[in-house]
Amino acid sequence: MASPARRPREKAQVLDETALDRALTRIAHEILEKNGGAKDLAFVGLRTRGVSLAHRLAAKIAQIDGTTLPVGTLDITLYRDDLGMRGTPVIRGTDIPFSIKDKTVILVDDVLFTGRTIRAALDAIIDLGRPTAIQLACLIDRGHRELPIRPDYVGKNLPTSRRETVAVRLQEHDGEDRVVIEEPEEA
Amino acid sequence: MGWRRKDLLTMRELEAGEIVLLVDTAASLQEIATREIKKVPALRGKTVVNLFYEASTRTRTSFEIAGKWLSADVVNFSASGSSTSKGESFIDTAKNIGAMSPDVVVVRHSSAGAAELLARALPCSIVNAGDGAHEHPTQALLDLLTIREKKGHFEGLHVAIVGDIAHSRVARSNIHGMRKLGMTVTVAGPPTLIPPFVQELGAKVSYRLEDAIGDVDVIMMLRLQQERMTAGLIPSLREYAHYWGLTLDKLARHARPDVLIMHPGPVNRGIELAPEVADGPYSVILDQVSRGVAVRMGVLLLLAGRKGGDGG
Repeated sequence: MASPARRPREKAQVLDETALDRALTRIAHEILEKNGGAKDLAFVGLRTRGVSLAHRLAAKIAQIDGTTLPVGTLDITLYRDDLGMRGTPVIRGTDIPFSIKDKTVILVDDVLFTGRTIRAALDAIIDLGRPTAIQLACLIDRGHRELPIRPDYVGKNLPTSRRETVAVRLQEHDGEDRVVIEEPEEA
Repeated sequence: MGWRRKDLLTMRELEAGEIVLLVDTAASLQEIATREIKKVPALRGKTVVNLFYEASTRTRTSFEIAGKWLSADVVNFSASGSSTSKGESFIDTAKNIGAMSPDVVVVRHSSAGAAELLARALPCSIVNAGDGAHEHPTQALLDLLTIREKKGHFEGLHVAIVGDIAHSRVARSNIHGMRKLGMTVTVAGPPTLIPPFVQELGAKVSYRLEDAIGDVDVIMMLRLQQERMTAGLIPSLREYAHYWGLTLDKLARHARPDVLIMHPGPVNRGIELAPEVADGPYSVILDQVSRGVAVRMGVLLLLAGRKGGDGG
């Protein structure tokens, strides 16, 4: 939890509304290109903002290709490797109302950082069935990986320092579409 | 709201926000029961000991399943076939089990306060799975989860708890929980089975089944605890069934059409509950049992997943 003395300060804007939308449009095209169409694809978004991004990507693919792809929601709290280190685990539930067997699952997250969340998500998905393949889409790749994980689709590569945070603000949660870098304000 | 308690001993000590956190956590975990592979790694490497000094089907089994679905190692202890039959005392047995470093001990005992005694003696988390006629918090939590799923909310609901209130830890835990969540509770039963303190807990009292079930959202029938009845508290089982047994006819004539029928089990069919009611469309008795696993997963997860792992 951030103490009042170290409230994050906005350092720079990385993407505005137009650039964010363009990045998602490009990712949607890349998904179709890489998979030769939309056949047997399914989106799984990571709570919370990954789910909104997954819905937006699905809408873009519906626009481009006319195919409506299923979108599921994944909560990886039960798969974290740091249970008991972060305070009360908050479980908000997984909701994947379709079979992922023989599907190519596109995992969607807002910011890719250490890779530990994605490691947990891979375990969680594989516990639900055996997909043909899992691909990873993220809006921002900020580096500092601690595990051998790489994204298939990236909105923007953003070199950061570890003390900075990247905040993805989306209309659905924050009332605006943009991405900013924040750093802790010195006391 | 976060979870800070080492133990789950009573509904009485919980704040409304903690009750809602437990119910919400359980609700989110229900999805695991529908999976093909019913296992998540959350409590890998944690040890849960079920320490049961009283008979139990639902509670012990559901704690065991809950622990296993969360990948904890679950060990069952039952008093028969243990050193208890060689004369070892409760607290000695508990300390010996404590010396094997479990993370959570789930305890059921016929004496009120047994769980609290363990909570003071052992550094690990203790869950009260029923202590005498005192409390049974996980039963109340699964009842609350079932009610919220069927009715959509807590605030303003009216519940009738009917039968052997005096011997019922389920009634006590539910009254505490329901009152904190803004629900109205009416207890009903023959005067010999209604203890004098229930009004102090904020429950209304009725001595006639037909009046009690008239305008309520939920009817919770309790088991007549024949094993705890030493004195002549009721004239006969037959008379009890006649006046206090819930039948289809009484339901049709006095209860609302959207009422829920609950029972913590095991059911004395034909005594407090007619078989047609227990198996009928209003009955959510088996829903209660399924929710029981989710509630116990939630409790184990919040206790074992606390920050730091130990200390109050």
